[in-house]
Amino acid sequence: MTGSTSIVLAAILLGAGTFAFRFAGPALRTRVELPAGVERLLVVAAVVLLAALGGTASLLDGHHFAGIARAAGVGVGGVLAWRRAPFVVVVMGAAATAAGLRLLGVP
Amino acid sequence: MRSIWRTLDEGLARDVALVCLADAIVGVSFGAITVSSGLPVWLPMLLSVAVFAGAAQFMFVGLVASGGNPIAAAVTGLLVNVRHVPFGFAVGDLLGKGWARRVAGSHLMVDETVAFALVQRDPERRRAVYWACGISLFVCWNLGVMIGAFGGSVVNDTDAFGMDAAFPAVLLALVLPSLRDAATRRASLVGVVIALATAPFLSAGLPVLLALLGLGVGLTGRREGKPVQAEPETAS
Repeated sequence: MTGSTSIVLAAILLGAGTFAFRFAGPALRTRVELPAGVERLLVVAAVVLLAALGGTASLLDGHHFAGIARAAGVGVGGVLAWRRAPFVVVVMGAAATAAGLRLLGVP
Repeated sequence: MRSIWRTLDEGLARDVALVCLADAIVGVSFGAITVSSGLPVWLPMLLSVAVFAGAAQFMFVGLVASGGNPIAAAVTGLLVNVRHVPFGFAVGDLLGKGWARRVAGSHLMVDETVAFALVQRDPERRRAVYWACGISLFVCWNLGVMIGAFGGSVVNDTDAFGMDAAFPAVLLALVLPSLRDAATRRASLVGVVIALATAPFLSAGLPVLLALLGLGVGLTGRREGKPVQAEPETAS
């Protein structure tokens, strides 16, 4: 029983902390008017974070290489996106490539 | 609320729906994996409502299931979620004025909502897609998790469907238009390289944060690239 109490507490800690992270920007932004340069920097920062998240998630699973199937899937998705294929085609293409390769036994 | 859905055109709504579907499938696997690793059936649902951040939830459950200390697992999950601080500064203006809107909007801030909002040029569409994507993702993610938790091992291995390749592809597709700007592209490239190079050695979450160092390079590069803007040498 102590086990589940500490798990609940930990889950709530994670939830509350995550909310605090999310709320910080919106809460602080209403108090200060940001100069246009800073505003732009923040948007670029978000793009950099999303790109890094996508990059690591394509190639790595924790500390290790995630495997050829996933990397190739994201690669196909990337090429499709670059050729301005519709979003649905990009996402389906990535998933289908990874799934297909795995079906063929590629890790 | 109704105006949000009206502002979205059909194409954008379809894109959001696709991401919701993909996330719901991942949610099913999250619920199933959590319960099948011996953890209580309420845990995946509690996490999905209270935390609502997939990567941190998987991390938390993985650590707790393998016998780790729950508080340590929460701290690791928090590290993964620090990226929401810069996200909040980037999209904070979309949430509106009132208290309730800011609280609800903050909780809906996930990678996908931020990415969808950032690609929109028109402020009205930004706001609309942020809310539409956030609300639908919250519903779909939690439904998926609930189905997985109760339905057991229906979809245990979402990798077989290539879902692990879908998430990075979604981010890539949404980020690509922003990369047309040279400074953003430079900063992102350097950031991705930093994250990939450090990821094998650092705790989860840190490599992505370190990617922000790429901002320095991107912006310095821009300054070097425009020597024309220098002040006239002599004013006297």
